[in-house]
Amino acid sequence: MTDPVLVFDLLLAAAVVALAVASLSVRDLFMAIVLFITFGLLSALAWVRLSAPDVALAEAAIGTGVTGALLLKTLHHLRYVTGTLDRDPPPSVTPATPVPAPVIWANAAFCGLITLGLAAAFLGAPQAGPGFDPLVAEALPASGVEHPVTAVLLNFRAYDTLMEGVVLLAAVIAVWQIERGLSDAPAPALGEIFDGFARLTLPAIVVVGTYLLWKGAEAPGGAFQGGAVLAAVGLLLLLSRLYVPQPAHRGVARWAFVLGTGVFAGVALLVAGGGRVAFEYPAEHAKTLILLIEALVTISIAVTLAALFHGREPVALPSSGGKKDA
Amino acid sequence: MLEFLAAALIGLGTVFFVAGTVGLLRFPDIFCRLHALTKADGLGLALIALGVALLADGAGEVFRIALIWFFVAVAGATCGHLIASYARRVKAEADDD
Repeated sequence: MTDPVLVFDLLLAAAVVALAVASLSVRDLFMAIVLFITFGLLSALAWVRLSAPDVALAEAAIGTGVTGALLLKTLHHLRYVTGTLDRDPPPSVTPATPVPAPVIWANAAFCGLITLGLAAAFLGAPQAGPGFDPLVAEALPASGVEHPVTAVLLNFRAYDTLMEGVVLLAAVIAVWQIERGLSDAPAPALGEIFDGFARLTLPAIVVVGTYLLWKGAEAPGGAFQGGAVLAAVGLLLLLSRLYVPQPAHRGVARWAFVLGTGVFAGVALLVAGGGRVAFEYPAEHAKTLILLIEALVTISIAVTLAALFHGREPVALPSSGGKKDA
Repeated sequence: MLEFLAAALIGLGTVFFVAGTVGLLRFPDIFCRLHALTKADGLGLALIALGVALLADGAGEVFRIALIWFFVAVAGATCGHLIASYARRVKAEADDD
């Protein structure tokens, strides 16, 4: 009699791989996105089975929820520019010209390199033994927080987390530069029922996002998970058109984009001196500083992800004659 | 006793999920499939949540399970409505052509 949990784990692993293959090989883009979202949800479940609830939360909120919404929004835009919106059955959007072979080979080479790197890291890591758990547990009292993952992310390896913020910042800068002047696909009218749904769930999402952020100090949760959940507030506001981005709001948005990364880097540098190096928070203020950084990073992540979902910078288009209603 | 009751409720909920999946695979058009899915997983999730709530230790956990059930049910119903109204609109436009 085999362990039923093992059977479940094997089925889960097989399903994750099968969904990844299916998502890459299917020709219809909508189907690919749906398969990708399913893949993300099952991956989150796999992280739960690996006793990594922090990663599971991040995978579910960012890797599946926000990324899925970004992909669907992109598909909507693609169908708009190719004039295939609202057709039944929606024709799959396939590029008019096939992808050039050098691009395919370059992509394959980079993906291969990453796979090789992961394989080398996996094979090079010690296969048995305690790993870093004892080290983290030993240093935990000095970190200012009670949850080991938060201690690693915001204190011991804070530099990595700062760089993740920089990546998001770079993404939104690039999107605002590239999409400047592109016309926007009309937002679909979702109707009264969706508006009611948005009004009902918005306050709850705000509470859940803030709870995830606050809880991150002692339990799974934190800035990225809370930020992604709060980004859903922005998505709902944009989709229900309760909030319409205006050109005049760009200044506030820019400040919100850099707020988290800026304060994070500022605090990291300011605590240096007096025998301490950068990122070495004074022990008595560590918890306050970490919570301050996490709170501001959460705001930045939420605003940045919502802005990425909206896509183009809300500039006044000369052709549309004035303010843009997106 | 409580465990048996909980297991029975969770098992019954799973039956509804299986029924919904069969309906999704077997029913002829999108409206029938939506009907099967939304009804089955709404009731199935309610039964599973009830079963899990019996095993929870504390009012806080029961409250959170109830909240999860409520929001998943509301989101499921809204999604069903959105998909159905989109399908109707696209079908009406296709008939006009």
